[in-house]
Amino acid sequence: MIKNFKPALAAAAVSLAMLSQTAMAAEEQFFPLIDYRVGPYGSNGQAFYGGFIDYLNYVNLKEKGVNGVQLTYEECETEYNNAKGVECYERLKAKAKVSSGPIHTMSTGISYALIDKSAQDKLPLAMMGYGRTDAVDGSVFPYAFPLVTTYQMQASAIIKFIKDKNAGNLAGKKIVYLYHDSAYGKEAIIAMEAEASLNKFTLVQVPVAHPGNEQGAQWLKIRQEKPDYVVFWGWGVMNQTALKAAQKVGYPRDQMIGSWWTGSEEDVVPAGEAAKGYMAATWNVSGKQVPVIADIEKVVYGANKGNLQDKAKIGTVLYNRGVSAAVLSIEAIRKAQEKYGKGKAMTGEQVRWALENLNITDARLKTLGATDLLPEIKTSCDNHEGSGKVKIQQWDGAKWVPISGWIEGNKALIHPLFQASAKQYAKEKGITPRDCSKEK
Amino acid sequence: MNFFLEVLIGGLLSGVMYALVALGFVMIYKASGVFNFAQGAMVYLAALSVVGCIEKGAPLWLAIILAFGIMTLFGIATEKFVLRKLVNQPPIALFMATIGLAFFIEGVAPMIFGSDPRALELGIVDEPIPWVLDNWNMVISKFDLVAAGVAGVLVATLALFFQYTRVGRALRAVADDHQAALSIGIPLQHIWAIVWGVAGFVALVAGMMWGARNGVQFALTFTALKALPVLILGGFTSVPGAIVGGLIIGASEKLAEIYIPPVMQNMFGGNFGGIEGWFPYVLALLFLLVRPEGLFGEKHIDRV
Repeated sequence: MIKNFKPALAAAAVSLAMLSQTAMAAEEQFFPLIDYRVGPYGSNGQAFYGGFIDYLNYVNLKEKGVNGVQLTYEECETEYNNAKGVECYERLKAKAKVSSGPIHTMSTGISYALIDKSAQDKLPLAMMGYGRTDAVDGSVFPYAFPLVTTYQMQASAIIKFIKDKNAGNLAGKKIVYLYHDSAYGKEAIIAMEAEASLNKFTLVQVPVAHPGNEQGAQWLKIRQEKPDYVVFWGWGVMNQTALKAAQKVGYPRDQMIGSWWTGSEEDVVPAGEAAKGYMAATWNVSGKQVPVIADIEKVVYGANKGNLQDKAKIGTVLYNRGVSAAVLSIEAIRKAQEKYGKGKAMTGEQVRWALENLNITDARLKTLGATDLLPEIKTSCDNHEGSGKVKIQQWDGAKWVPISGWIEGNKALIHPLFQASAKQYAKEKGITPRDCSKEK
Repeated sequence: MNFFLEVLIGGLLSGVMYALVALGFVMIYKASGVFNFAQGAMVYLAALSVVGCIEKGAPLWLAIILAFGIMTLFGIATEKFVLRKLVNQPPIALFMATIGLAFFIEGVAPMIFGSDPRALELGIVDEPIPWVLDNWNMVISKFDLVAAGVAGVLVATLALFFQYTRVGRALRAVADDHQAALSIGIPLQHIWAIVWGVAGFVALVAGMMWGARNGVQFALTFTALKALPVLILGGFTSVPGAIVGGLIIGASEKLAEIYIPPVMQNMFGGNFGGIEGWFPYVLALLFLLVRPEGLFGEKHIDRV
């Protein structure tokens, strides 16, 4: 009897183990990573997604996941191509419908292509520092989150920085807005015009055709205009070309302030000496002095689980940006678990709710080891942005140095622009906006 | 007037940079009658090879020699593994092969040398010449003048090479008819290997000048976009045509960028500008209507 019982017991034990494994496997939080590591902007993607994945592994190693839920991901390469971005989304969608963290495409074009699809599929789309900015109005865009800050709020914050440097008065000053002639570059024009009208400075708009590897005419025009400042909205090769061209016409680099897509190491190193003194906005600081960045290097790379081939990228602007995107995403998972059940994998719909109810204070950032990595964030149904703050950093020839505290754009001036645009979008698409007063 | 001259001269000097890239296309077209879609990628590969060798510890002069070696080997490999099988095939087959080659380079080169944008210092500062600035209040860059000098020497050398050497004449014979050239004993494989090597050298010069100006990065492949209208204007088979086409395109796009948008704004309102991306193509298309073979291109006459 005992002889017969033993195999049965063993079989039962194996079955139980398998069952428990299945149960454990079910408690995995999936992140669909629609990313890019090759192609024209591959080096940007490598740093950003390297930071993002490193943080997921960090949480897995350090805390055994979020309340025991392991973080998993699958990458799909887009090469920064919209069509491939949609293809990747369709490929990963089935898995994401089971459980999904926010989707980060780091591409305005791909985000635009996915904005309706992700809402239909109930998958949250994060657009941190890119994408459709009127999605700040969550009553119209429940699944789209231009988290932290937007192009328009950034432009407004840059003007505030310049204004502070000029004793609070910009009347009579001349500011050139040099921009990539694309949807990205044009996004901030409305904010620049509103600021020019409010602060009575002259705004001169100078577009640059894609890819922007030749800007001779634009910089001769700028030389002729003799502006007090150049606010610069570049991308890719346009950034180094602008810095070199500024040097060529003798325009001081410490009077140029760029957007956050012009302010990484990848943007200034190729320009060499021409970049020294140049300033750019950012919503995340660089460097390994941020405790969580140093700890990632120790824990993740110490365990040989680092995602970067080139460890020198740890602590760069884009790497830290990837980490900060992951920090917000994981905080959303934690928030969702608080409401829907700790230790469970969260669906896209549940994560959407969490993204709309984030409240990440400085105290919380300190606990996470992310003090000053990014600003405090508090989102709501009618504010999917949650912050609107940037810092200004300056390139000293070797590294980016923050030269301001967190500066908030003029919300009273800018947010009504989002609401008007979202209202128009809702009308065009036949969307009935949610009543945000009823959302909790 | 001063500003007009400044824009004009700046445009002409930019045009020289376009011509440097266009010359590579002309090389291949002259020898095989094929538009080499991979020329932009070759510019990228050449510049990447230089910075890659520098990062491995080679001094600049050695890095240039090594990069030339890499480009020559690349040329020989292209002939052996890609072109040899396509002798006497329609030009479209060769063109398709160069498209494949472009994607191959764009994928493999960053895997070998890394994809991060990097600076390339040639020791030529891209700053205005103080004397011209002080006396004429005009910005003329030292770098642009050096680039113009380099292009001038390159064009003269290549023109002499094509016109007066046996290899040059053989190249032209091969371009006219692969099979006929083979039948009279011209070693087609050697000729193609040489021309791809020379095109590699031209790509190296272009890559170094563009890389020193804007940084060595994937966007160097986009320089080909600037060369296309230059070729249409100058003619696909003319070395001096590449320079003249470059000067016309460079000057006209800069003048158009400065002077057309204000007129358009007055007429239609709104914000115009950023037209230099498409203006050269419109100019080239208009030119095609009048002179399809380009300014210096060979007129193609077929027996009916």
